[in-house]
Amino acid sequence: MSAHIEHHDPANVVNPEHAEHHIVSPLEYTYVFAFLLLFTGVTVGAAYFNLGALNPILALAIASTKAVVVILFFMHVKYQSRLIKMTVGAGFFTFFVLIMMTMADYISRAWGTW
Amino acid sequence: MANTIATTHPEAAHAHAHDEHVVLPQHRHHFETEEQQREAGSFGMWLFLLTEIMFFGGLFFAYLLYRNWYYPAFAVASNQLNVPEGAINTVVLISSGFCMALGVWAAEVKKKGFLVLMLVLTTFFGLVFLGIKADEYHEKYEKHHIPGASFSVSEFVNPPINVKTGKPDEEPIAPDMAQHTQLFFFLYFAMTGMHAFHMILGIGILFWLTWRAHKGEFSDGYVAPIENFGLYWHFVDIVWLFLFPLLYLINRHPLH
Repeated sequence: MSAHIEHHDPANVVNPEHAEHHIVSPLEYTYVFAFLLLFTGVTVGAAYFNLGALNPILALAIASTKAVVVILFFMHVKYQSRLIKMTVGAGFFTFFVLIMMTMADYISRAWGTW
Repeated sequence: MANTIATTHPEAAHAHAHDEHVVLPQHRHHFETEEQQREAGSFGMWLFLLTEIMFFGGLFFAYLLYRNWYYPAFAVASNQLNVPEGAINTVVLISSGFCMALGVWAAEVKKKGFLVLMLVLTTFFGLVFLGIKADEYHEKYEKHHIPGASFSVSEFVNPPINVKTGKPDEEPIAPDMAQHTQLFFFLYFAMTGMHAFHMILGIGILFWLTWRAHKGEFSDGYVAPIENFGLYWHFVDIVWLFLFPLLYLINRHPLH
């Protein structure tokens, strides 16, 4: 590995070879595991309290938090290069745009007729 | 090779007498470095996972829309799902993901025995998940909650009396609205079924990876197949992290 870095070409900024390779430790994985278990308990518990409109919002917020933690640590995105981070971000952003545009369509179908 | 001619790479002078500068047999000659090869692999895997986000996203969106249209039917149908089994399955799947993450670590630090053990545990928890899922599907079959000719709306039109309170747990809904519970169960089977299908494919790949890991292929610095499969397995976990609250939990509170 180090043999390659020795004759690394600093002028070559196009190729994403600058990413430091980072190994996530088992301790870090254990913290993530405990976090996910804790929030699974929280989401089940919260479901039995009547919070009105907040019930689905809270459930989705907890699920999203867990998903972000899995993506950052189990899937190593926190330690990846900018290319990978941008790719993941662009994917979720595109998904968000598609959902919002479709929602806007359905909400405005019967506009003014209610 | 245009960009390598100007560099100071020792191998540039004999670009085609390759392999002498390669540390790993898996390092392909069209990548300048192992890091670059690894990055390209992760990038490709993530592009595949983005298509998966769009695929499952469509199902989630259908669920969101129909839940708003036929809210009473979706609320009573959702409350028929088995929360304890769903919660246990969530814990089982998180455990499976944890073992997979430890497996990636084991491959990175070249611990062959621990890698094989973690892959076996990942497979084991995956199979437990599918077993519990099968039990839930069987419960739906017994209750006539599978959409189609033998679907029964009786439980939604005439909710059974709870012996403790002397009243039904759920408000009865009109027969035409009750028919829309089939839509909920259709989406339930479509979403959890596609999720389970991804797990079955994953378990098949896990058997293959475990065999290769046992032969020592991933404990010599070549981690990419383990790492990229890990990305897939964690993605399947994430889908379940959303399926569980959205299908099982968000209508529990109105229970009287």
